[in-house]
Amino acid sequence: MNKDEPINSHTMSVLVDNEPGVLARVVGLFSGRGYNIESLTVAEVSDENNLSRITIVTSGTEMIIEQIKAQLGRLVPIHRVSDLTLEGPHVDRELALVKVGCTGDQRVESLRIADIFRARVVDSTNESFVFEIVGDTGKLDAFIDLMRPLGLKDISRTGVAAIARGTASL
Amino acid sequence: MSTSNLTGAEIILKALADQGVEVVFGYPGGAVLPIYDAFFQQNQIKHILVRQEGGAVHAAEGYARSTGKVGVVLVTSGPGATNAVTGLTDALMDSIPIICLTGQVPTHLIGNDAFQECDTTGITRPCTKHNYLVKDVEDLSRVMHEAFHVARSGRPGPVVIDLPKDVCMAETTYTPMEKINLSKYQPRVKGDLDKIKAAVEMIASAKKPIFYGGGGIINSGPGASQLMTEFVNLTGYPCTLTLMGLGAVPASNKQFLGMLGMHGTYEANNAMHDCDVMIAVGSRFDDRITGRLDAFAPNAKKIHIDIDPSSINKNVKVDIPIIGDIAHVLEDMIKVWKSTQVKPDAAALKQWWSQIAEWRSIDCLKYDQSGDIIKPQHAIQRLYDLTKDQDTYITTEVGQHQMWAAQYYRFEKPNRWMTSGGLGTMGYGLPSAMGVQVAHPDKLVVDISGEASFLMNMQELSTISQYNLPVKCFILNNFYMGMVRQWQELLHGKRYSESYMESLPDFVKLAETFGMVGLRVTSVDDLDDLIKEMISIDRPVIADVQVDQKENCYPMIPSGAAHNEMLLGPDDKADNPVSEEGMVLV
Repeated sequence: MNKDEPINSHTMSVLVDNEPGVLARVVGLFSGRGYNIESLTVAEVSDENNLSRITIVTSGTEMIIEQIKAQLGRLVPIHRVSDLTLEGPHVDRELALVKVGCTGDQRVESLRIADIFRARVVDSTNESFVFEIVGDTGKLDAFIDLMRPLGLKDISRTGVAAIARGTASL
Repeated sequence: MSTSNLTGAEIILKALADQGVEVVFGYPGGAVLPIYDAFFQQNQIKHILVRQEGGAVHAAEGYARSTGKVGVVLVTSGPGATNAVTGLTDALMDSIPIICLTGQVPTHLIGNDAFQECDTTGITRPCTKHNYLVKDVEDLSRVMHEAFHVARSGRPGPVVIDLPKDVCMAETTYTPMEKINLSKYQPRVKGDLDKIKAAVEMIASAKKPIFYGGGGIINSGPGASQLMTEFVNLTGYPCTLTLMGLGAVPASNKQFLGMLGMHGTYEANNAMHDCDVMIAVGSRFDDRITGRLDAFAPNAKKIHIDIDPSSINKNVKVDIPIIGDIAHVLEDMIKVWKSTQVKPDAAALKQWWSQIAEWRSIDCLKYDQSGDIIKPQHAIQRLYDLTKDQDTYITTEVGQHQMWAAQYYRFEKPNRWMTSGGLGTMGYGLPSAMGVQVAHPDKLVVDISGEASFLMNMQELSTISQYNLPVKCFILNNFYMGMVRQWQELLHGKRYSESYMESLPDFVKLAETFGMVGLRVTSVDDLDDLIKEMISIDRPVIADVQVDQKENCYPMIPSGAAHNEMLLGPDDKADNPVSEEGMVLV
């Protein structure tokens, strides 16, 4: 094994049975084997087939990424593992709620930046805004960085949801 | 039994019977009383009452490993389940199919810190192949059958079914196995034919090939061992086996080089190091096998056949991975080999074999049995010589004796060798032998043991006595935790920290208190008589074989060293003392 192998970030979609403990199995696998979780989202996607979709952003060498997929694949309630990063173009989106506490000029500035980023105001008081912003991780990071000097108070992010472009489905 | 209305407990028993279960190893308790009540009212399935739940799982492992069937365990909630955890982890590491039924507090008390409650599915999630908590009796039939399917399909492993007491008492109709949809878990068994063809081509072109077989061959069934032997014979190539693979190719086969790995033979490890094509069959490139990874078979192209995709490229990058069941893949490989009429390079092979003969001539397993003190190697050699003419099943504990057993006991058939390979569980051998003996009541079953390991699960002597299981405990007693002592001698300046046991029991008297026969030998001249007497007694026996306290297990690849840097004996010092990197390895 070459220790200098590059470490890359991969986005994976995992289709699982929507049953108790399935998320614990996935998370336990990652912690037990020392893999990274950079982002993880899960929600039911098919009521009739009782399926949930987990999106995981992880990073590692090529060999580790291959291991992660194989290890996920052998969990009994997991139906499919798809490495979106490898399998072609995909869209990934994240939603963040960003609370900024500010008055005067800073209020105007924060609204101006929100407009540039197409963030929406979902709550407002005399001293604060809550912005809702959707985009890829980089866009959200950039928005949050710009809000920091304007009185950033609180952030809640959903983590990444991702899907392949084109007609392919999981 | 009518199928119209059964209790959960009756459904469990019916499902076990339908799955062909003949015996369950278990220990009762509050949460499983309804199941024990159902047991009481039937005669089809036998129950073996162990003395501690850990013993039950190892017994089921021995049963499973020696028969190829699924081993079944029944324990109560809380401590019953937590005591089973070591055995479950052992079964997971060695891919042994086990169903472990655990009692649980009633559903309305789950999460309340009730008496004898624990989060069984939480605790066992990382040490099982899969686990279930059955909260509704309507799910019970499906879960029972699905669990057996999961335990035995693909890479086998332990499956826990957690059974709340109220679910066991609730009533519903039973759904038979045939009506359960098992389609969601169907591991691939057939190998990719293009890859098989490419592999055959690579195998045929080899100049210095070696087969490296593992426990996956045994798990694939006796047919896989036959096919493995056939393919090895067909090619004329050398073959080595891992600890878990012993018996997959007969030890008497001239192409067999012995076990490989940390305490493997000189010829097997050197052949692995120098080979140009390696055919890994149901083996997993474990760290005991590879030694230093960056020096592992540096010039070899590698083919890896395994049913578990996660075994591929985990530790060692391979050139041709073939995912599938060993028997299926080998069958296809042999067909392709025969139909393409390959012609291996006879001249190169001849040279390779003469190189191997040179390594073999070192006679790396030689030892010096002079004087009156019994050398442990000699004890196993004699045990082998005196039992080889009958169909003998060997289990072991973990440590030096285990490695000596692997080196000096020669296995001709699969499923005759039960040892804790992956987890290295001291205390495995005695309960495991118990399970083997239950499965094969008329066969000779010997637990080759060390005195320290033996003490770890010796409560099971009571079980052995209760069922009059004629297990033979062959204890190589050197008064030390031998392998710990050996590492302290070689790596920690002979500071024998806590590796000596005072106050060992008198094993002969111990046997007698359990109604067994106790034997002791201290002189090499009496060894044969003891072994003959032991195997002639149709009752359980403890043989206290007092051996050389200072003997070390060789050959040995020191921690962090490569295959061609073996130590052959006490006079053989490594060129480089063990590196710092090596010291941190286990």
